[in-house]
Amino acid sequence: MGKLAIETRGLKKSFGKTHAVAGVDLAVSAGGVYGVLGPNGAGKTTTIRMLATLLRPDAGEAQVLGYDVVRDARSVRTRVSLTGQFASVDEDLTGVENLLLLARLLGYSRPRGRRRAADLLDAFGLANAADRQVKKYSGGMRRRIDIAASLVVPSELIFLDEPTTGLDPRSRNQVWEIVRGLVAEGTTVLLTTQYLDEADQLADRIAVIDHGKVIAEGSSGQLKASFGAGSLHVRLRAPEQRAEAERVLAGVLEVQVEPSTDPVALSARISDPERVARALAELSRGGIDVTEFALGQPSLDEVFLALTGHPSEETPKEDAA
Amino acid sequence: MNATSAEQASPPVTEDALRGVLLAGERPPRPGPVSTSLTFGWRALLKIKHVPEQLVDVTMFPIMFTLMFAYLFGGALAGSTQEYLQFLLPGILVQANVMITMNTGITLNTDIQKGVFDRFRSLPVWRPSPLVGALLGDLVRYSIGSAIVIMLGLVLGFRPEGGAVGVVLSVALLLVFSFCLSWLWTMLSLILRTPNSVAGVSMMVMFPLTFVSNIFVDPKTMPGWLQAVIEVNPITHLATVVRGLMHGSVPAGEIGWVLVSSVLLVAVFGPITMVLYRNKK
Repeated sequence: MGKLAIETRGLKKSFGKTHAVAGVDLAVSAGGVYGVLGPNGAGKTTTIRMLATLLRPDAGEAQVLGYDVVRDARSVRTRVSLTGQFASVDEDLTGVENLLLLARLLGYSRPRGRRRAADLLDAFGLANAADRQVKKYSGGMRRRIDIAASLVVPSELIFLDEPTTGLDPRSRNQVWEIVRGLVAEGTTVLLTTQYLDEADQLADRIAVIDHGKVIAEGSSGQLKASFGAGSLHVRLRAPEQRAEAERVLAGVLEVQVEPSTDPVALSARISDPERVARALAELSRGGIDVTEFALGQPSLDEVFLALTGHPSEETPKEDAA
Repeated sequence: MNATSAEQASPPVTEDALRGVLLAGERPPRPGPVSTSLTFGWRALLKIKHVPEQLVDVTMFPIMFTLMFAYLFGGALAGSTQEYLQFLLPGILVQANVMITMNTGITLNTDIQKGVFDRFRSLPVWRPSPLVGALLGDLVRYSIGSAIVIMLGLVLGFRPEGGAVGVVLSVALLLVFSFCLSWLWTMLSLILRTPNSVAGVSMMVMFPLTFVSNIFVDPKTMPGWLQAVIEVNPITHLATVVRGLMHGSVPAGEIGWVLVSSVLLVAVFGPITMVLYRNKK
């Protein structure tokens, strides 16, 4: 261990007046999944595109698998593969044609390429759709062919740009399984995501980025410790009991309890989930009827609020082209 | 943890299958520029197969132009449609091809916006090959357009004195020139943002380029300054050569001119295109 798959120092990229990436330092060790978490427009895609040699950084340095992304772009390209955020296969072609195209470009002979394409389609459960145009695929199938296209030749490092954005939960689970399978075989995966639970489930380490800068980095446990374990949401039967409930909860949880706009609801950021059970018991002892309660992981918004003091804002994407 | 029963509809990705396919992957030796360009050319042909509508311009343009010019101007310019057709058809062939090349830029502009180009650019292949391949695929389109013009001409009464050999040679030269001229459109397609603006600007280049030439009429009756402009327009030389070859003479000097201007077009617009392509965001 200790070998770094990706190392960047002060990586910067601007488009006109927009500082898409404003000095990113990353150290990603080989093996495992590294998650880059941030809202739209935070600079995730721009960062990945620089690492995959598609964009030249304005300033700073980046080494991928020991090669400089500018000076040794070609060496980087032979060792990594990229699955972009938008369909990174040709939608007019069929599944098998897409894979054969890449196999041929990467040096397979036609017969071997055909065999490779068939094997990949089989492994990704797409054999029945092999001769259908990709534009007729469902969202989940499209994502799988995207990822399969990145695996035509073995890569030491795979970039997945928002692999599950817009997928239904079942397809999302399948993508997660694929990512876990890749890692089990020793591939390093760098993925970007807008979903905290995705980063939490998959990534060994997470970098949170906002306005083109890394604002927090660590394992998901470390990060949670810094922004709390989540929040408790409670709904009461009677609005007139809310003040009393607020007092009880604040007493047991020892945090601030926020009344929400809903006149019967309360929420609180909690640091210790163990206390929640006691707090709820205390409410019922006090004769306060709770109709609903939920204990949730902090949302991306809450993470950002905790880390930056401002909610994650949806800036219009300028780096998506 | 693996497949749940809800996933039966489409077969799930199992860990075993994934491991198998990952382990079976090999990294063959890297193919050369010719091989990767031809592979991208194959992609262009597949796209014609899947989206045959894109052949509308190569079929409709040439038919429309040949019929319109032959019947509208034939009588007035050369006394009869038949007479004019002998002069016009080689010229129309040039114009049809130049018009079809425009589409290269528009198609590329649409194509390059898509995610798949990111993948192409991140592959360890000779960098111009996606563009060269697209242009090679377009040669098929030019050939179809040329065949349509020539067949229509033969039906209408065009009689090339140079015979089949002259016709084939002139089309071959036309393909070379079209391939080289396409680099102008690829450059535009990388500078301009939308396919519409590419189409607009291309038209502005295209119309003077083809009309201010000897495609439609002999420039002898035009003012001197205009003749001078026509003389330096490479399209004029191309039309002269195509006309000569089809009617049985081999204008060697003019052929040299066409080849030189072809090389110049690639030498100028090829590198600019590649720099733009490399720095594309």
